[in-house]
Amino acid sequence: MKSAITVGGATNWFVDRNIFSSADIYQQELERIFRRAWLYVGHESQIPNVGDFFLTKMGEDSMILTRDQEGKPRVMLNSCRHRGMKVCRYDEGNTKLFYCPYHAWSYGLDGRLVGLPAQKESYDASFDKSKWGLVQVAQVATFKGTIWATWDPNAPPFEEYLGGAADALRVGLGPWDAGDGEVEVISGVQKWIIPANWKIVAENCAGDTLHDISHRSVDLARIGPGEGVGRRDPFGKLYLTHHREGHGLLYEKFDIHAPREHYSSSPETAAYFQMTWKKRVERLGERAGNAPVLGNIFPSSGFHVGQPRTIVAAHPRGPNETELWRVFLVDKAAPPAVKDFLRRYYISYAGPAGMTEQDDMENWAYATEACGGTGRSLQFHYGAAMGQSHQDPLIPGNVSDQFWSEQNARQLYTRWQQFMDAKSWDDLRFEDAR
Amino acid sequence: MSTPMTGPMNGQDKLAHLLLMREIEDFLYREADLLDEREFNAWLELFSDDIRYWMPIRKNLSFKNRERDISGDHETAWFDDNRKTLQSRVNQIMTGVHWAEEPLSRVSHLISNIRIEGEYRDVEGAEILVKSHFLVHRNRMETETAFLAGRRHDTLRRVGSSFKICKRKIIIDQTTLTVKNLSFFF
Repeated sequence: MKSAITVGGATNWFVDRNIFSSADIYQQELERIFRRAWLYVGHESQIPNVGDFFLTKMGEDSMILTRDQEGKPRVMLNSCRHRGMKVCRYDEGNTKLFYCPYHAWSYGLDGRLVGLPAQKESYDASFDKSKWGLVQVAQVATFKGTIWATWDPNAPPFEEYLGGAADALRVGLGPWDAGDGEVEVISGVQKWIIPANWKIVAENCAGDTLHDISHRSVDLARIGPGEGVGRRDPFGKLYLTHHREGHGLLYEKFDIHAPREHYSSSPETAAYFQMTWKKRVERLGERAGNAPVLGNIFPSSGFHVGQPRTIVAAHPRGPNETELWRVFLVDKAAPPAVKDFLRRYYISYAGPAGMTEQDDMENWAYATEACGGTGRSLQFHYGAAMGQSHQDPLIPGNVSDQFWSEQNARQLYTRWQQFMDAKSWDDLRFEDAR
Repeated sequence: MSTPMTGPMNGQDKLAHLLLMREIEDFLYREADLLDEREFNAWLELFSDDIRYWMPIRKNLSFKNRERDISGDHETAWFDDNRKTLQSRVNQIMTGVHWAEEPLSRVSHLISNIRIEGEYRDVEGAEILVKSHFLVHRNRMETETAFLAGRRHDTLRRVGSSFKICKRKIIIDQTTLTVKNLSFFF
């Protein structure tokens, strides 16, 4: 496609509104981005045992995430090879077989076609069952409990894909004390459909610091986990950082020796935080005071590892519609009262009933609407704080000197353009990362 | 009085039950009207200090697991509010900068199928389980429209000549929500 981005000198940077509304561009995105990129599909704690399965999505497709007989996570298209019916219609469970309700083809945990009625009577002897298993993704990777998949056999290994963002996920997806303990998804997924383009969600997750003002109502209503705080306990100093791979993140820096009186509304949670914080500082030293807060892994896997602690996948459903899947994370070893306090705080913050996210969705929906009509010929301005990045010894990536910056959005759309223009991963890989 | 759930009620019990039913219906209709009239602080007064205002999520599960298709006490939910967070929601609307509800949505609560479940004693402080169904219509801005249906399991506590709602479990009939947000009440 022709470039949707216009860079006007050192201070101006524009994106065509058309990319948030065009049906043609959306179809290209499905092929060139969602069939090439690594996408978040689930968490190991959702499929702990052999035969456990969990329905997930990649792009518009329904996918089965399961653990096969060898204990390996598998990601397969949820569509019978015979006539396409879904072979799994339960959100989660445990099974030995995926059975098609239409004509009774059945598949093993590894996707192999294991049974079909009247095979001998109906099909020629040359019918090769091994060629008619469920369609498998090209690659699956696990990373600190999270599970990722890509359709593209030429996509680089997942850690190369993460690039400098690996550091944030390694620290952020682990337990509060930075040890070897497990983190688990609180059972259940919030799924809901919003009338907004998926990129607007990705831009938000990548660290849209300029939209902080839109959440004034929750700061005034004091929904945070501490007495007298706004929507969260106080941050340190915040820094945006981005990576050439298209990922945008937010970090905070604070003095590890200063007291951190977090979660004061819940004595059990405050005590657990203090105990794990002490261990975290012992393990990480100064790095504990340079902590990832949130980020977006290109294209649209968002995570928040502070308050709240959650992963959201923005699944595209058309230029004007996105399906959000949000899960919440807690330390497996945390006491039940702590898990429960955090669960209730997290869902009061995020998700469709989350007091903070409600306002986001209002803004995303009507911003998307305005990309149709006259909007198709207009551009958005992304020029906030251009050319103000530096390198930081403790925060990987291109760190912004200026908090009120759109540098992460610019990187998101730069990478988006590269994916849309590229013929294959050969044009997208970084030579020095191989 | 207390209802004898085994065996027939006598005439006096039937009359008392009928009057209590009418009183509860009136209470729930008035509650719905406070919401639809946007009297949010007056609405909050109908809840006890120990309220659990809870809307679990729903799942598609196999028939043998159908009883788990409503998420459990300690699992992910849409709402799981206590008095403080419910108050925060009302306070947020009152800020005038809660953009999901600024300008306010137009909401109508149609409450039906009201009945008392199980045995009860209608004495001060006693709790009565009341089930009802809802159809909530929300329209906002120009054409944004949603209908959400489901059931409620309320625990009403007798306080003087009225009640306080001390537990509300809202069982919504959707797994993937078809509304962009839940910035209104049930």
